[in-house]
Amino acid sequence: MKLRTFVQASAAAVIALILTGCAAQPYDYTNYRQHPPRSIVVLPPLNESTAVEATYGYLSTVTRPIAEQGYYVFPVAVVDQFLKENGLPSAGEMHQASLKKIGEVLGADAVLFVTVEEYGTKFQILNSATIVQARAKLVDTRTGILLWEGKRRMQQNSNSGGGGALGALIAAIVTQAIASSTDAAHNVSRTANVMLFSTKDSGLLYGPYHPKYDSPE
Amino acid sequence: MSRLVWLLALFGLVSGCATPTLYSWGHYEELVYVSYAQPGKVSPEMQVEKLEEDYQKARANNKRMHPGFHAHLGYLYFQLGKVDQALQEFATEKAEFPESTVFMDRLISNLKR
Repeated sequence: MKLRTFVQASAAAVIALILTGCAAQPYDYTNYRQHPPRSIVVLPPLNESTAVEATYGYLSTVTRPIAEQGYYVFPVAVVDQFLKENGLPSAGEMHQASLKKIGEVLGADAVLFVTVEEYGTKFQILNSATIVQARAKLVDTRTGILLWEGKRRMQQNSNSGGGGALGALIAAIVTQAIASSTDAAHNVSRTANVMLFSTKDSGLLYGPYHPKYDSPE
Repeated sequence: MSRLVWLLALFGLVSGCATPTLYSWGHYEELVYVSYAQPGKVSPEMQVEKLEEDYQKARANNKRMHPGFHAHLGYLYFQLGKVDQALQEFATEKAEFPESTVFMDRLISNLKR
């Protein structure tokens, strides 16, 4: 690694540390620790954004960070289909369903309710900004107690440097074309979810499949 | 360039750098996404093929498949009318992750009806 790069990386690390340090006090995990779930069912999210594709663009990126945190995560598409076939045709109705019922039918310890607040790419003249903002609540199915909640906003700008104004313009056109065809927000929601669920002291605690589960830290 | 370094540094902090993943993920997320975003674009046959490939790769590398993998695969087999394979996959999900027992038993009994 070049010295300059190293210095930059270290500076970035220090600032990131300061920033995370500033991010208020750690989440109060009292309820979470009293009712530690083993399994989590993620319902298709409610969509407050203007993008219809938000629900499923988001849903497909939510399993991995939670499972890697050590939980059993129910297969999202199978659960979605199962609930649809059992009288809950939309995310809205699934979110209204009785917790006890969902707990019993699926055998889930906790339900994660996600609301996507913003989802999509805003195009400007020389660049575009892809934004995903979501809030989530983890609720114990037996007691209805709120175990955890969190919120994240992730923005990714695609303005490429170099090549002057024309180069930037061309780059912007290219990224916009790519963004609109592959749903850039889908990729940004991946990052948003990692931040939301896996950040220490504000994300989910480690679950039973994680090697650090129950470790006092 | 410097922007990238910053981003990597931040990401490294968040993700804990060299933490190996617990599971192998293959094409699962991508397939779930495509099947919703562009229904019909990737047929259940092709999805099954991809997922079975992922499974073989994971086995070759001694990696465990993620929670929900076998249940999802079983569901695809069910869509293809391959009930025996579906039942097999649901049973595997249950064996791998006992947390899925209630749900898998429900799917299994629905299939056997």
